[in-house]
Amino acid sequence: MKIDLILFFLLAGIAVVTSILVITRRNAIISAVFLVLNFFALAGLYLLLNAQFISVVQIIVYAGAIMVLFLFVLMLLRTDNESPILSDKRPLKYFAILISVFVFVQIAYLLFAGKPSRNITPDEAASINSGTIQAIGKELYTNYIIPFEVAGFLLLAATIGALVLAKKKFE
Amino acid sequence: MPSTINEYFQLMPFLIIGIGIILSVVIEISSKSSKEILPWFSIILFFATALYSITNISEHAVLFGGMVEVGGKPAIFNFIFNLGAMLVVMSSIGYLKKYGTYFGEYYILIQSSVLGMMVMAGSKDILMIFLGLELMSICFYVLAGINRNKLGANEAAMKYFLLGSFTTGFIVYGIALIYGTTGTTSIQNLIDNFGEYSSNIIFVTGLILFLIGFSFKIAAVPFHMWVPDVYQGSATTVTGLMSTTGKTAAFSVLIIMLTSIFTLNSANIFKPYFSAIAVLSMFFGSIVAISQNNLKRMLAYSSISHAGYMAVGLAAANSYSISGIIFYLAAYAFMNIGAFSVISIIEGENDSRTDINVYAGLNSKNPVLAAFMALFMFALAGIPPMAGFFGKYYVFVGAIESNLTWLAILGVISSMISVYFYLRVIVFMYFKDAEENFEIEVAPYSLSSVVISGVLVLMFGLFPDMLLRLITAVVSL
Amino acid sequence: MILDYIPIILVLIVAAIFGFAVVFSSEIFGPSRPNKVKTMSYESGKDPVGTTHERISVKYYLVAMLFIIFDIEVIYVYPWAVEFKNLFSTYGIFAFLPMLFFLVVLELGFLYILMKGGLKWD
Repeated sequence: MKIDLILFFLLAGIAVVTSILVITRRNAIISAVFLVLNFFALAGLYLLLNAQFISVVQIIVYAGAIMVLFLFVLMLLRTDNESPILSDKRPLKYFAILISVFVFVQIAYLLFAGKPSRNITPDEAASINSGTIQAIGKELYTNYIIPFEVAGFLLLAATIGALVLAKKKFE
Repeated sequence: MPSTINEYFQLMPFLIIGIGIILSVVIEISSKSSKEILPWFSIILFFATALYSITNISEHAVLFGGMVEVGGKPAIFNFIFNLGAMLVVMSSIGYLKKYGTYFGEYYILIQSSVLGMMVMAGSKDILMIFLGLELMSICFYVLAGINRNKLGANEAAMKYFLLGSFTTGFIVYGIALIYGTTGTTSIQNLIDNFGEYSSNIIFVTGLILFLIGFSFKIAAVPFHMWVPDVYQGSATTVTGLMSTTGKTAAFSVLIIMLTSIFTLNSANIFKPYFSAIAVLSMFFGSIVAISQNNLKRMLAYSSISHAGYMAVGLAAANSYSISGIIFYLAAYAFMNIGAFSVISIIEGENDSRTDINVYAGLNSKNPVLAAFMALFMFALAGIPPMAGFFGKYYVFVGAIESNLTWLAILGVISSMISVYFYLRVIVFMYFKDAEENFEIEVAPYSLSSVVISGVLVLMFGLFPDMLLRLITAVVSL
Repeated sequence: MILDYIPIILVLIVAAIFGFAVVFSSEIFGPSRPNKVKTMSYESGKDPVGTTHERISVKYYLVAMLFIIFDIEVIYVYPWAVEFKNLFSTYGIFAFLPMLFFLVVLELGFLYILMKGGLKWD
């Protein structure tokens, strides 16, 4: 139990520090690299919650694929005269602060005052089993078989759409 | 996981479209003349699905452990989606050549978006709603910007994508809160225990975020900013698809999610919310549309005000008003697709000839088109005996049932304002002389799309019972 | 529970140390006598012009998007592969057909990219 707690605070600290670094860096590429670090810390936190599969997906998809896309976008745009959001003069900044305060209050409320419904009962043994790749496979390919097939069509439509919009010499 | 293969066959509408998409991709990659084959293939596909849905309306079943619903309400929605998409494809055949991008992917994307809508209308699980919504929206983003050489289309696609994905963020966050507090994504479970859940503020917050997200999708004020630019910038046929079937799909989700309120008659906690967006949308849409000279932009604002009338039905939230919304959606789909088909016929190359001045003296140039355009304008204005009148009538009667008479009165006032800009088009067509001379090239398929829409609008208007009886039979399922 | 992951964590730590060591060892052990010409950006012997933030082509972005789509596809296959034996013993061929359908849909997308020249570098 003790080592879990130490690891939690270590990973949570890394996550908080890196996310602050993400929004305060002047160079967007460096921000992106700190975001990768943040994703890794989150993956560690998922692991502590016995969500192994999510943790692996976090690293493969988010830290791997999505971040590549982020970096390509940053290189696609000219990022010469960017400024970190906190030094921004526009009212957009206050809107962003408002939204983050709203989300923070909500999560804090959920943690300290929210009551889950009777469907949710704390059960550590069940939580260890439900995060495994086997449990997810069992659910996904029995109860959630239709959403799974729809996801296939979603990916097909995305493939075609990507090519239609971004291929230089189409047809 | 179903134990018998029978359950797979009950998914027939999904299977037809799904396998149709696969075959379309095969045609696209194997045939050089795919752009000549695919429209016809799509028309057959959509017609078959529409026919299957409407004839199997009584085969109501919830399949795959409470994941998908077939028959009943979804069947009626599938009928609207597929017939609407069929008419859009018919008018696209002539239009796309003029528009400058003509390739088979256009039809594959329309098919995929229809599959997404069908998944939304048939979902019994929030996960399905989300997947269907994304499938539909991604296809719409691409369709909006399908002509990359046009600045307007690029702007439309970009705005639609940015605001649409922002909206998706709202919806996902709402879903996360709903799942976090209830531990389930099953809509049946949410309906059964709605009384217990609704005492939880976090659950209600999640539901409100979810509703805000869908208010974007139905284009209600104050979440309407994207509508005029996107509807004006996209290809006319694509606008016809987005503004009708897309709106219908979003409304189908709202109806599914709020069934607990409609069936259990528990206090409608969302009455103030829907009343507010209804009043704002009705008046904003009607008043701003008056000053529009571009017909596509005018219909975009009219689409906002129609979303407002339908939201009156959501605020009323009784089975009468829900039947009214579904009837209204069906009527609105065909009259709007008809109007956009006429616009797509008149439209020249490079987005020219969409202004209202172009329609001056249309009657002397092409009396058939003018007559149908007048029919659609009368129907959109809600003048009896057109389909639009009965849509509004049923919704407002539902509002009066729920002691929302003030909302119904405001709705009638707003419809009276809106008559002005619809009739303005008719005045231009019949009582003004043509300002510029141009040839109208009427493709036979586009014209048949206009005619079919016109016939449906007249049919729903003259015999509203026919459709309404089907709807009331399934609305409480 | 978390102790089961110690081997993986050790691998990650060693990889991180190796990466840092390679980058910083030359900095630490190498002689450092900088002058203006040496610290200039390398531009084939010419004086550099403009910024280093050159705009890259959108072609890279297309490849990245297609990569993500197939990355996600593979993610779906992992749990199925792990659970396949159990699923097969309960549901028989119905454990196999949905995945076949899914892969047909996705590989059709791949075939589409291939035939339309989406992977050609033009």
